[in-house]
Amino acid sequence: MNLTLKVWRQKNAQTAGKFVTYKAEGISPDMSFLEMLDVVNESLIHKKDEPIHFDHDCREGICGMCSLYINGHPHGPKKAITTCQLHMRTYHDGETITIEPWRATAFPVIKDLAVDRSAFDRIQQAGGYVSVNTGGVPDANEIAIPKVIADEAFNSATCIGCGACVAACKNASAMLFVSAKVTQLGLLPQGQPERYSRVQAMVAQMDEEGFGNCTNTRACEAECPKEISLTNIGRMNNDYFSAKLFREEHVHEHNE
Amino acid sequence: MSLNAKIPQGPLAEKWNKHKFDLKLVNPANKRKYDIIVVGTGLAGASAAASLAELGYNVKAFCFQDSPRRAHSIAAQGGINAAKNYQNDGDSVYRLFYDTIKGGDYRAREANVYRLAEVSVNIIDQCVAQGVPFAREYGGLLDNRSFGGAQVSRTFYARGQTGQQLLLGAYSALNRQIHKGKVKMYTRTEMLDVVVVDGQAKGIITRSLITGEIDTHTGHAVLLCTGGYGNVFYLSTNAAGSNVTAAWRAHKRGALFANPCYTQIHPTCIPVTGDHQSKLTLMSESLRNDGRVWAPKTVETAEKLRKAQLKASDIKEEDRDYFLERKYPSFGNLVPRDVASRNAKEMVDDNRGVGGSGIAVFLDFADAIKRLGKDAVAAKYGNLFDMYYQITDEDPYTQPMRIYPAVHYTMGGLWVDYNLSTNVPGLYALGECNFSDHGANRLGASALMQGLADGYFVIPYTLGDYLATIGPKPVDANHPAFAKTKQEVVDYIAKLLALKGTKTVNEYHRELGLIMWEYCGMARTAEGLTKAKGLIQALRADFWKNAIVMGENEEVNASLERAGRVADFLELGELMVDDALMRNESCGGHFRLESQTPEGEALRDDEHFAFVGAWEFKGENQPETLHKEALDFEYVHLTQRNYK
Repeated sequence: MNLTLKVWRQKNAQTAGKFVTYKAEGISPDMSFLEMLDVVNESLIHKKDEPIHFDHDCREGICGMCSLYINGHPHGPKKAITTCQLHMRTYHDGETITIEPWRATAFPVIKDLAVDRSAFDRIQQAGGYVSVNTGGVPDANEIAIPKVIADEAFNSATCIGCGACVAACKNASAMLFVSAKVTQLGLLPQGQPERYSRVQAMVAQMDEEGFGNCTNTRACEAECPKEISLTNIGRMNNDYFSAKLFREEHVHEHNE
Repeated sequence: MSLNAKIPQGPLAEKWNKHKFDLKLVNPANKRKYDIIVVGTGLAGASAAASLAELGYNVKAFCFQDSPRRAHSIAAQGGINAAKNYQNDGDSVYRLFYDTIKGGDYRAREANVYRLAEVSVNIIDQCVAQGVPFAREYGGLLDNRSFGGAQVSRTFYARGQTGQQLLLGAYSALNRQIHKGKVKMYTRTEMLDVVVVDGQAKGIITRSLITGEIDTHTGHAVLLCTGGYGNVFYLSTNAAGSNVTAAWRAHKRGALFANPCYTQIHPTCIPVTGDHQSKLTLMSESLRNDGRVWAPKTVETAEKLRKAQLKASDIKEEDRDYFLERKYPSFGNLVPRDVASRNAKEMVDDNRGVGGSGIAVFLDFADAIKRLGKDAVAAKYGNLFDMYYQITDEDPYTQPMRIYPAVHYTMGGLWVDYNLSTNVPGLYALGECNFSDHGANRLGASALMQGLADGYFVIPYTLGDYLATIGPKPVDANHPAFAKTKQEVVDYIAKLLALKGTKTVNEYHRELGLIMWEYCGMARTAEGLTKAKGLIQALRADFWKNAIVMGENEEVNASLERAGRVADFLELGELMVDDALMRNESCGGHFRLESQTPEGEALRDDEHFAFVGAWEFKGENQPETLHKEALDFEYVHLTQRNYK
């Protein structure tokens, strides 16, 4: 099939960007969306035109590197997949597809469709861990965890850190991302000692990075490729207020 | 050059403990005077960087992705082995050791493999303490499943996303050290060379993938944790960015490359659909626990299936050939990967393949769904079934999956001794990047085990011994070797950017992949390998004349990144072919048609080939020199592997 692409091109963070129209010709329905872009790029290179830059790596929906905003949806129109898992059979001949980078102040454009998501790493660095060193830990089966709790923690832990939640949110809020880690560790016994300091530290960093707040639109949940649910945000708010009201002192120890 | 593996004396079960005592220690107050460079942040790199920083060393960590969490370890699905014997089914450290040595077709070092089995139990404890949400039983304790090449259930897992969960655990430990300032993290930064000063590795040269800036970094030691080289085949289950560049550039600076021809072709991948394909997707080996592999008994039935005149469900039980169950009754569908892959290829070569292309066999869950119910099957494999559906548009709950082998892992890699040191002092290789523990074939759920064993529990001990020997004197960044190596990198980039020919880098890569798959894939012959060598040389020469590399250095330039990586694959490919040609025996994933048993199984030649083949770089376009490290087996008895 043949398609028309309207692609955001931007040389770097300092330069203004604009949409450029390309033809994507001879596209097979079995191609993934990224493979379709590969084909377009190969033809651009043959014409000595600059190829379209986009982030990608594993191409199987788990690394969280790919990040396209396609016709107004992060990772395209389908539920619970990433762009690299989106196949061209979703589209039909003659269609026009608009492709943009994630749009958020905290995610500046690096080039074309790739953005800088290092803010996410800094939030994790602020407290997204259990403070244990290598070695000297108890036998794994000494910590019994009810299966339902372990499963729920796992559901939160499946976040791939792609940033679709931020791209989907009108406030560019990162609360789904942050709350997924807060919830995973907050549910597990291993996470209890730092539960309240963690949530304060991570939320503080989130605010510092310039992400917006949650106003319960639920766009993040609808667009999340791993179907992280909004209850994570509920849990995080609960822990956060509990910490702010009763346990404020812990955060200082944590950040020393 | 004589290769000294530095295997400690004493009984197998006591070697590691004794060695740990014999290794020199670095005084706690001195640790902060050492700078350690860690390249790559997958399981091996992230766990090493975090553990070394916890000990007090200053760590600089590098990854080419935008975040350390994206390293390709994240994509490992099935699980991680550990000799916990939680299932009371007869597992032990010795059994895990034995299975791994046998699974590797007796081409790995006993001492290394025993240590791996020994520390496997600590890994699970560590990960659980970090909050890794492994699968659990209703009683709250950890669940296990069985995996290929073993008859016990020793695999710990987190649904089909075990690699993700383990990597996020190691990433969290790394983040904690970044927060404390003990690790300085460099993302979107690619290592392009190692700096060797007076025979010792003292730093690296990197390129920023954002600005193109070429930097030098000094360190008392350099740890390469940069993964495998499966992308030499173009199509593989590796991530698009996975590459051999760091290891290859180290090789060209003197580090030996061992057993490059040992490639793992994974039996359960989604078959190729067309030329546009950029990667292959693995379906976890765990699927073989409940899925049954089959092909039609006759060519006529297969023909009808290929033309879509019949559906799989139309084929009666007696017209199906469950070939793994038939040929290997005791292991059945759970034979090791190399055996399963070769048998699938045999079916296709026999013209009994299925799917439009005829290059696939079935993996069928109908019986499992009947036995366990759809919900139970979904709970175990739901995400894999969804993934299959997304890619193929076929529902594996109602029709069998089509699978075919694909390149998945490379057992070969930089040669290391028992301390994970390459032959260049100060240069270490961890995880898939080294050659050490899997012999000629890796068992399922052992890659995660090895990556984390190396990073959490081996290197923190062995590195200290080297550091204590060289002392904490700062590395002199003004040594001329730094400026010289940097200039060589700058010149090399300029040479790549000057390529303004007619053929894209991707086209060269795909062509190389086809050569490798055809002649150095699942079945290899002297004739084919000789031919491949000529083809690769010609392709490489053509690349340096006619490739197109776009843009400039001082910008984000994926075309340039790609060109450097493919240029290295074009060199590695030839070495793999040389190694495969030299190894005139079959073992594990290396199958020479000239060397097979009457039943068509891999036939080793222990008399002539019970050695590690380690290659030394001798200059551009020069033949490499082979060094042999003899493999001595004191504990296991070498036998023809038998999974019948």
